[in-house]
Amino acid sequence: MSAALDIIQDPTLTYHQELLALARLGESTDDSLRYSDEYYKAKDSRALCDLNEGVMPYRPRYICPDYSLLFTKGCAFLELDPPQDLAEALNALMILYHHVPSITSFPVYLGDLDALLEPFVLKEDRAYAKKLLGLFLKQIDKTLTDSFVHADIGPQASLTGELLMELTEEMQLAIPNLTLKYDPAVTPEDFALKAVNCMLKTAKPSFANHGMFVKEWGEKYAIASCYNGLMQGGGGFTLPRLRLYECSLAAKSVEDFLDRVLPYYADLQFEYMDKRVKFIVEESSFFKTNFLVTEGFVKRENFTGMFGLVGLAECCNHLLGITDPKKGFGLNDEATALGIRIMDRLSELVEAHEAPYCESTGHRYRLHAQVGIDSDGREDAPGTRIPIGAEPAMLDQLAVNEQFHPYFPTGTGDIFKFEETYLKTPEAVLPIIKGSLARGLRYFSGYLENNDVVRVTGYLVKRSEIDKLTAGKQSLNNVTVFGKGAKDFGGALDRRVQRHEEDRDH
Amino acid sequence: MKKTGIINRIIAFSNVDGPGNRTAVFFQGCNLHCLFCHNPETIHRCVGCGMCVGKCPKGALESAGTVAGEVTEGAGAEPVPPVLWDPSRCVDCDTCIKTCPHLASPKVQYMTAEALRDKIRRTAPYINGVSFSGGECTQQRDFLVEVIPLIRELGLGVLLDSNGTYEFEQDPELLAMCDGVMLDIKAADPDFCRLLTGAGPELPFHNLDFLQRAGKLEEVRTVLFPHHPEQNEATVRAAASCLRPDIRYKLLRYRPFGVRQEGLDFLGGDITPESESARLAEIARSLGAENIVPV
Repeated sequence: MSAALDIIQDPTLTYHQELLALARLGESTDDSLRYSDEYYKAKDSRALCDLNEGVMPYRPRYICPDYSLLFTKGCAFLELDPPQDLAEALNALMILYHHVPSITSFPVYLGDLDALLEPFVLKEDRAYAKKLLGLFLKQIDKTLTDSFVHADIGPQASLTGELLMELTEEMQLAIPNLTLKYDPAVTPEDFALKAVNCMLKTAKPSFANHGMFVKEWGEKYAIASCYNGLMQGGGGFTLPRLRLYECSLAAKSVEDFLDRVLPYYADLQFEYMDKRVKFIVEESSFFKTNFLVTEGFVKRENFTGMFGLVGLAECCNHLLGITDPKKGFGLNDEATALGIRIMDRLSELVEAHEAPYCESTGHRYRLHAQVGIDSDGREDAPGTRIPIGAEPAMLDQLAVNEQFHPYFPTGTGDIFKFEETYLKTPEAVLPIIKGSLARGLRYFSGYLENNDVVRVTGYLVKRSEIDKLTAGKQSLNNVTVFGKGAKDFGGALDRRVQRHEEDRDH
Repeated sequence: MKKTGIINRIIAFSNVDGPGNRTAVFFQGCNLHCLFCHNPETIHRCVGCGMCVGKCPKGALESAGTVAGEVTEGAGAEPVPPVLWDPSRCVDCDTCIKTCPHLASPKVQYMTAEALRDKIRRTAPYINGVSFSGGECTQQRDFLVEVIPLIRELGLGVLLDSNGTYEFEQDPELLAMCDGVMLDIKAADPDFCRLLTGAGPELPFHNLDFLQRAGKLEEVRTVLFPHHPEQNEATVRAAASCLRPDIRYKLLRYRPFGVRQEGLDFLGGDITPESESARLAEIARSLGAENIVPV
């Protein structure tokens, strides 16, 4: 059987999923974008991973349009005038979303919906506004069928944000992903508590450290896809990853890893990124002719490259000869300190490399703690996370996160699962978030133990949809299959639950 | 002289021991012996009988050879408990607790006020305050008076969780340094109360009245039993009728988990149904209580 026939005959794929799979297959027939032999060798050894970005990029990986232009100028290519009321605004957004490409072919950033929509929402009757927003969310969930579709709200309180959260609770949809840009100095307590409540019930919104992102990106930043910090009116060209555990297998010692192995693999990843960025900018038509570019919704100079990694925990444990993850990175000061050394070294390497076409980030790539894919299995935990099953008490897990999150302007995050009683006490969750953000945590996600909508590693899926796939049926959401893989191979839904924990010295 | 706190456990993040996220410190030792106590191993202090030592499957316990019932100051500053517990070997199987005939636990920490403060310093950025519970925290009153000012220096408030049998009116010093008391009203009927807890209801009710007048009553809690609806009602009526309407009144449903055999024999193995807490919440409301939290 041919690869194409496999796709066409797969009973679990929807028509649209088949189409995307066939497009990927088509793309893979060209090999004119070539890398060095060392690069391919490293990729074959699994030390490097290109996240299946495809061999012939025809768009940047992540595109974060500046949607405010739609509201001030409209869009000539789509023949849209600036909207005059909420119905027109939502209609215009849905039309534009349809034309925003990305690695997934769905828009990974839907805009800061409260800022965009609040003037229109305030002009409407509350119930009518809620009805329209509900239809909008439903249309997103049923047509942008991919959990990497992501909307932002905050840091200000807004009726729009409030309605979106109410609807999110009522509708229990996995799409879109949602982030609250949270700044305790700006975000009112009651609004933040509503967000906690919504997060416990629906696994969203997550809380982004607004102050930290603003320092790195300015006010106009986007949280896109899983938890990716990028510029509005820009995006991310590419996101390959070092699989640090596999990298560490090539090292004879800690010093050998830091001095030789890590720079070696980092250089190969730079080679991949440089060639790919140049190809997207110089060869593909996107930056030359796409209306998002020609009309100014995105600017090429606002894009950057995302230098990804996974498996820091397993890398540290391997280098120190630690076989039990419960005695390793995150729970063992020596292993955690080695993690810091590795991150410092990697930051130096990234800082020293001049990146093509990355003007907005000082001609440098930016680090990203990638959230993992199902084929990582148990060898590489997401980014710098403590492996599932080895997580210490929440206090200690936060303390480790707080040390590592500042390294990753293009995104990192951790997820905390709460037991049911927290539903009655959202005011007991908010101080934890507030305290950890103040101490360097970048991004906090949580959900309740028995939810249907759950956060797998960074994206959301419904357990009931995973069950459909397991039963050989189709799931509309393109990402359910990743959730199934992460559950089956990575135990991703078995993370530690925050209960009344004993804080003993062991 | 420096006091030593005898602490059964510290919960870094608790959402059920007072408002918000709190670090809860459970002191070892209680003057009551409630039949419904769900952590009866906190009632007494270790007497050093050593029965648990041989039973520990991980060799985490060792007799210190000290005098039963007393904590002895060692050669250094650290006090020596009668049974030494090695947390690094302990797997929390609780065999020791099941073995102990004295309603005690060898898994306790003997801490100075400074050591406890240093532990809480780590949780401080994430919490709304500290709650001292137990056992009965006021049984270690002198330690409380040493440690509370240190915790306040961290910018944290302190609530006391009390079984209601402490003479708060006689201790303005302690009361002044804490933000409030979370007070148990376990029963109103004197005979039932004595049977249930070993003490009468007079002092808890006096405390309810005194603490709310002093502005130090944070909340009142009553456990509702599955097979004693008339006692539940008598207790809730008595408490609600003298409670300031805005003060939080938690109605907790009895759960048999952790309850010792003696208690199960008397109170049964059922969880109090939600309908019972709803019924009593309604009664409390009819008596003017406005801030009722059924749990």
